[in-house]
Amino acid sequence: MAFFLAQFLTGLANAAALFLVASGLSLIFGVTRIVNFAHGSFYMLGAFIGIYLMEILPGHVGFWAAILLTGVAVGLIGAITEIIVLRPIYKAPELFQLVATFGVILVIQDLALMIWGAEDKLGPRAPGLRGVWRIFGEPVPKYDIVLIAITPFILFALWYLITKTRLGVLVRAATQDREMVGALGVNQAWLFTGVFALGSALAGLGGALQLPKGGADLLMDFNIIGEVFVVVVIGGMGSLPGAFIAAVIISVLNVFGVTYLPQSTLVLMYVVMAVVLIVRPYGILGREEVAGEHGQVGAPEQPIRPYGRTGILAVTLFIAVLALVPLFAEQFVMTLIVDMIVFALFAASLHFILGSGGLVSFGHAAFFGGGAYAAALLVFHTGTPMELAFLFAPLAAGMLALAIGWFCIRLTGVYFAMLTLAFSQLVWSLAFQWRGVTRGDDGLVGIWPSDWLNAPAPFYYFTLILGVGGIVFLRHVIHSPFGYALRAGRDSPRQAEAMGIDVKRVQYAAFVLAGVMAGLAGGIFVFSKGSVFPTVLEIAESFDALIVVFLGGVKTLAGGVVGAGFMTGVEDWLVRLEYWRLLLGLVIIAVVILMPEGIVGTLRTLWRRMRNDDEEVVK
Amino acid sequence: MNFIRRTVLGMVAVAAALPAVAQDDSIKVGEINHYKRMAAFAEPYKKGIELALSEINEDGGVLGKDLEFIFRDDQGDPAEAVKIAEELMTRDGAVMFTGSILSHVGLALSSFAAEKGYLYLASEPLADSLVWKSGNPWTYRLRTSTWVQAAMLAEEAAKTDAVTYATIAPNYAYGQDAVAAFKENLTRLKPDVEFVAEQWPALFNIDAGAEVQAIERAKPDAIYNVTFGTDLAKLVREGGDRGLFDGRDVYGLLTGEPEYLEPLGDEAPEGWFVTGFPWYAFEDGTPEGTFVAAYEDATGETPKIGSLVGYMTAQSIAAAINAAGSTEGDAIREAFEDLQVSGTPIGDLTYRAIDHQSTLGAWVGTTAVEDGMGVMVDWEYKDPAPYMPTDEEIGEMRPAE
Repeated sequence: MAFFLAQFLTGLANAAALFLVASGLSLIFGVTRIVNFAHGSFYMLGAFIGIYLMEILPGHVGFWAAILLTGVAVGLIGAITEIIVLRPIYKAPELFQLVATFGVILVIQDLALMIWGAEDKLGPRAPGLRGVWRIFGEPVPKYDIVLIAITPFILFALWYLITKTRLGVLVRAATQDREMVGALGVNQAWLFTGVFALGSALAGLGGALQLPKGGADLLMDFNIIGEVFVVVVIGGMGSLPGAFIAAVIISVLNVFGVTYLPQSTLVLMYVVMAVVLIVRPYGILGREEVAGEHGQVGAPEQPIRPYGRTGILAVTLFIAVLALVPLFAEQFVMTLIVDMIVFALFAASLHFILGSGGLVSFGHAAFFGGGAYAAALLVFHTGTPMELAFLFAPLAAGMLALAIGWFCIRLTGVYFAMLTLAFSQLVWSLAFQWRGVTRGDDGLVGIWPSDWLNAPAPFYYFTLILGVGGIVFLRHVIHSPFGYALRAGRDSPRQAEAMGIDVKRVQYAAFVLAGVMAGLAGGIFVFSKGSVFPTVLEIAESFDALIVVFLGGVKTLAGGVVGAGFMTGVEDWLVRLEYWRLLLGLVIIAVVILMPEGIVGTLRTLWRRMRNDDEEVVK
Repeated sequence: MNFIRRTVLGMVAVAAALPAVAQDDSIKVGEINHYKRMAAFAEPYKKGIELALSEINEDGGVLGKDLEFIFRDDQGDPAEAVKIAEELMTRDGAVMFTGSILSHVGLALSSFAAEKGYLYLASEPLADSLVWKSGNPWTYRLRTSTWVQAAMLAEEAAKTDAVTYATIAPNYAYGQDAVAAFKENLTRLKPDVEFVAEQWPALFNIDAGAEVQAIERAKPDAIYNVTFGTDLAKLVREGGDRGLFDGRDVYGLLTGEPEYLEPLGDEAPEGWFVTGFPWYAFEDGTPEGTFVAAYEDATGETPKIGSLVGYMTAQSIAAAINAAGSTEGDAIREAFEDLQVSGTPIGDLTYRAIDHQSTLGAWVGTTAVEDGMGVMVDWEYKDPAPYMPTDEEIGEMRPAE
C-alpha cells in the first residue's frame, strides 16, 4: 500500500510541471485558436533562463525569485513573439498560424544553441530541499512534496484569474466568441497578446520549476510538446480544470505503466488519448466545437475551375521539361527531383483532404510510412519481387486509412487532428518496437528496385509517371462530382446533408483515397532510398507535409505541390549553411507574414489584382 | 515581391545546379552528421577531425595532396543522409564518405554504400548489425561496438557475488542490443544470474522517479545502466535521493564518457563500474597524452570521446588512401582490409578483414568524484579481441559477400 502511495506521489509531482505547460497551451488555444507548436520552446527557454537566474540569485529567496522572474522573462519573450509573428496573421485561414509557430521553434533552437552552447545543463537543486522524507517507510524526495503542494495554488490562482477578474471575463468571452468581444469594444489585439504572454509565462515557469529534478538541454522542446498536447486534448482544449485532471491522469498512469508494463513508455499516453477521444470526442471537460466557429476566416473562397488553355499548356510544358531532364542534367539533379516529386505527391494527398475536405490531419505520415513499410517488409522477409511489393504499398496504406478513418472521421477540427496523431503514433511505435518483424530503428535495409529500374534515369521516369500521374489524378477527383460533394461538406455540412450528401461517408472515402496516394508516395520513397526507418512515421514527417500545404496555400489547388517544391528546394540549399535552422525558421516566418494566403494563394491574388480581375471584387 | 523573386531564383539555381568541378588539388571526403540535432556530440567530433586534418596536411597530406573533409548536416534523417551522400559522391567529387552518430542513419548510409559501390567508414554509430548481421563489403566501422563494451562490463560483473540484476536502457535498438549483449555475456560467464527487472524508459524522456521506484521494488543485487545524457542525469538524481544505489553494484555502459559524466558535476555517481574516456589521467608523452595535449592546444577545450573518434576517423582515412595509392573507391576499400593505422592515440589500429571492424577498444574503470567533477579511477584500456564473438560466429552472422 505504501508503495502505491509513493508511486501516486511521484505521478502527482510529475504532473506539476506538465500542468503548468499544458495550462498555458490550453489558454492560448482557447482564446486565440492558435495551435502553438512553439510552446515547448518556451518551456525550454524557461529552463535555460531559470538556470542562469539561479546562478546569480543565491539562497532560498534567490531560488524562488529566480523561478518567478523566469516566468516574467519568458512571458515577455512570448509577447514579443506574438506581436511580431502572430499578430499580422490572425486573419489567415484556420490553423495557418501553426506554420509560423513552427518557424519560431527553429529560430529558438538555433538561438539557444548560440547562447547556451550544446552541452546539457544540470539544474540547480532547490536550497534545503535535497534528499527525501519517508512516508510509511517509502522515500519521497522533498522537492516532489513541494511541487505537489504548489500545484493546487497555481490552479487556484489561474481559476481566480479566469473566473473572478475582469481580465478573466474578457478571456472567457473571447474563448466563446472573439468577434463579439471585438464588436463590444475590447481591444482584441492586446487581449490576445496578453493571453499569449500569460501562456508563455506558464510554460517558462514549468521549465524553471522542473530544474531541480532535471535540467536544461536542447531537445527538451520536442520532448515535452507531444505530452503537453495529449494533456490539453484529453482535458478538452481551452479547459484549465480539464488540463489539470488530464495532467494528473497521464502522469499517474505513466508511473504505473513504468512499473507494470516497462515497455509501454513510448505509447501509453497516446493509447489513453485515443481511448478518451473515441469515448468523449471533445476531451473530458471540453466543449463541442460549433461548426464554422473558427473556420472560414478571411475572404470567402472563389469557385474552383479547371485550368484554362494557357494553364494546361504551361503545365504540359513544365512536365515536358521534367521529362527531358535526364538528357542534360547530372545524376544528383534527378535524385533531387525524385525527392521533390515524392514529397509533392505526399503533400498533395494531405492537401486533398485538408484543402478540399477541411480535414486537418496531424498523422498523415502513418500512410506514407505505412506504405513504405508495407513494401519494404514484403521485400525484406519474403523476397517478393519489387513490382509486386510496390503495388502493395498504396494498398496497405489504403487499408490502414480505412481502419484509422473509421475511428477518426466522426470527430472534427483539432480533435480529429489529434486523434489522427494518436493513431500515427501507434503505427510508429509498432514499427519502432516490434523488432522481430520491423527490426525497430535498425530499419529495413537493402530494399532496392528491380534491375530494369535500378538506374537513375529509369527510376526517374518511373517516379515522374507515377508521381505526376498521382497528383493529376487527385486534381481530377477534386473537379469531379465527388470533389464537389467533399467541398460542400467542408463549407456547410448541414446544407450538404440537406441536399442528400452523406458528408461523413464522403469524407471517409476521401480520407482513404488520400491514404492510398500517400502510400504510393511511400512506395516510391522506399525504393529510391533503399531503406526505411521509423523516422518516416514520426510526428515530424506528418508536420513537414502539413507545413508545406499551408505554405503553399490551403485554399488553392496547387498549394501542396508548390509548397513541397519550395520547401525541398529551400531546405536543400539552406542546410549547407551553419545556422540553417535559424535561417529556415526566418524564411518560414517571412513567407507566412508576407503571404498569408500561402504562396500560391497570394500570387494568385496579386495576379488578379494586376489584371484588375472583376471576380475579386465580388465578395 | 523582391523576396519572392529571390526565393524563386534561389530554387532555380538549386534545381539547375551548376555542374560540379573538382576545382582544386585536394582529396575530398564527405562527412555526414547530425551537427545540429546532436550538437553536444557532433561538435567535439568535428573538432577532432579538424585537428587530425591539420596535422596530416602539415605532414604533406595524402598522395601529395591536401586531405579535405566536406561537412554536411543531415538533420538526423536517414533519407536526407542518403541524398547528401549521393550528392557528395556524384557532384562534389568525394572519394568516400564517413560520419553519423545515430545508428539508424549509419545503417541507411551503409545500405546505400553497398548498393552503389561507394565506400563508407561508419565512425561513431554503435549498432552491432552494421558490421555483423547487416554487414557489407563497402562498410567499415571504427568505434568499439556495443557488444564488446557490454561484454567488458559483464566480465567484471561475473566476478562479484551479485545474483539478481535489474537493467535500465533507453527504449530503442541501441538500448535493447546493449541489454541483450550484457545478459548473454553475463549468463555465459555465470549461469545462475537472474534478471529481475527490465526497465525501458523512452529515450530522453525518462520518468526517473517512477523508474527508480520500479527498480527498487525488484530489490536487485546489482543494476546495469544503459541510459545516457539527460536521462542519466535524472536517473542519478532520483536514484541518489531515494537511495537506489546504496549497497548495490552498478554497471554503466558509456557512463564514464566525458559527454555524459561532465554535465553531472559533483553529482556524478560514485563507485559505478563503467566504460568511458579518462583523458584527464593520461600521462604526458604517451600517444593518448599527446593527443589530449594537442587537442587542448588547438581548441582550448577538453576532449570528449567524440574528439578521439573524429581524430582517428581522419587518421584512418588518410592511412587507407595512402595505402591504396589511389583515390578509386575500390582501391581504398581493399586497402582498408587489414589496414594498419599507426600513430593513433591508442597506438596501432587495425581494420579486421573478417568483419570490417576496427580494433579500437575501450577504457573501463570505476567512477569517483574529484574536485567537484566525476572521473574514472582505477581505469585500464582493454583490447576488444577477447570480447569479440568467434570468427565462426561472425561468419554465420555476416551475409555472404
